[in-house]
Amino acid sequence: MSPRAIRFPAMLALVLLAACTSKPPTKSAARKTPAVATTTRSAAARPAVAAKPTALVFVPPPESAIPAGPLGDVIRQGRAIFTDTPAHAKAYVGNGLSCSNCHLDAGRLANSAPLWGAYGMYPQYRKKNGQVNTFGERLQGCFEFSMNGKAPPLDSAEMVALQTYAWWLSKGAPVGVELKGAGYPKRGFKPPQAPDYTRGETVFKKNCALCHGDDGQGQQVAGRNVFPPLWGPQSFNWGAGMHQLDNAAAFIKANMPFSRGDTLSDQDAWDVAMYMDAHERPQDPRFNGSVSETRKKYHDTPMSLYGTEVNGHLLGAPTSGH
Amino acid sequence: MHRCLSLFIVFGAFALPLTAHATDAATITRQGNGKGAAPCIACHGVDGAVQTAAGNPRLAGLDAAYLQKQLDDFASGARDNAVMKPTATALGEDERQALALYYSKLPLPPALAKPTTPMPAIDGVGAVLATRGDWGRDIPGCVQCHAPGGVGVGAHFPPLAGQPAAYIEAQLKAWQNGARHNDPLQLMQHLSRALSAQEIDAVASWFAAQPLPAAGATP
Repeated sequence: MSPRAIRFPAMLALVLLAACTSKPPTKSAARKTPAVATTTRSAAARPAVAAKPTALVFVPPPESAIPAGPLGDVIRQGRAIFTDTPAHAKAYVGNGLSCSNCHLDAGRLANSAPLWGAYGMYPQYRKKNGQVNTFGERLQGCFEFSMNGKAPPLDSAEMVALQTYAWWLSKGAPVGVELKGAGYPKRGFKPPQAPDYTRGETVFKKNCALCHGDDGQGQQVAGRNVFPPLWGPQSFNWGAGMHQLDNAAAFIKANMPFSRGDTLSDQDAWDVAMYMDAHERPQDPRFNGSVSETRKKYHDTPMSLYGTEVNGHLLGAPTSGH
Repeated sequence: MHRCLSLFIVFGAFALPLTAHATDAATITRQGNGKGAAPCIACHGVDGAVQTAAGNPRLAGLDAAYLQKQLDDFASGARDNAVMKPTATALGEDERQALALYYSKLPLPPALAKPTTPMPAIDGVGAVLATRGDWGRDIPGCVQCHAPGGVGVGAHFPPLAGQPAAYIEAQLKAWQNGARHNDPLQLMQHLSRALSAQEIDAVASWFAAQPLPAAGATP
């Protein structure tokens, strides 16, 4: 019997045992081997989340299990694109960001919008564009907005590699089922008080500037981001999901400061999300010439600061010379 | 010419004591400061990158603000080290600043481009921890903060590449036991406590074996 074949039932047993004893599996135990199990209570790894009673725990296969041969090569290529996008998908990236900046641990980490949490949820109707999108079309959106670039064709080598990597990470996951840890944990995650720019600035200086810099522009070595810019011309644009306060607050709460997730208070996470998203960034590519019209059409939500005035500046207003 | 220079230095020392103080970092590295600070080269080598079994760290090419903070922290005890404490304490504020600047500008010795220790396996424990981490234990890959290849970035994430394995290992253990607690946001205290002795040994060896850019380059 292969080691993996031994580990799988062991893992399943562990998860089921955890469910029986009303104790959620530890993160380390839950991430070693692919497994799916039903938990019978809220496995409350994230206290802010109202977990559904039938949430599924899924663990993606370890990187060491990527097969040899042509399929494995494409999976590895997908991982390489995901973790260093400017180097491996240069033609489609308009900033220095990589997918793994917002999807930590190369798209593996729960509550960091893992690929395995998204893959099986497509095709899906999306209000963002009023259409049913395939997973590939969803990835195209990432390039257009988060990477401030352009959509790779669905049959491009880059897109095939990314989809193959996502498929492989999702092996064994059910299709069409929302898994525990999918997306960012924003369900039921509300700010105790309305988010505040000034408080957010204080949180930023204390917890974020160390890596992202006092000016939010990240830190680079040899032209490559070590820490990504959070706003400004080299960051995600106004159409990206991370510009929405609820997405940003949930991501920050669960994952920031890097490796110290779940240490900021809910209020701090919302305040610093507000601070980040109240800075200027590249124009929404759907911009139709009018900030107010573009807001009305694409950003008509209190979660978007696009087209609102912060500190006397109209966010999203075209700058002269651009 | 030499005499002129000497005269100038002597005269300068009288005329502008603070300025002159700040410019003789090279002298301190060779002779100490005459007030209890030992000569740096005795342990760190003339090129600031001596490789010894004791694992004295390379200083050449490190960020000036980082180096100065370490001297300040040796003096305050935030980085507890029996060898460095008396020297750092004996250095004036301006001397610490001058020494930090001096070492930050020293070129990387060519030997660092070809590490003497063998490169550990690409899928070994050290390589995986350094480049991937173990997120099940909230451990990011070291290079995610210390930059690809461990070349370091900015004032708070020093280079690990080419540092002696014994040095890296000693630091991780110092964070574990609290002797070193001068890391911002307690990032290293937190991470080091998640690591086993074997993992520390492996990851230290991995970084010690990473090459650095050729002489003259600053990572």
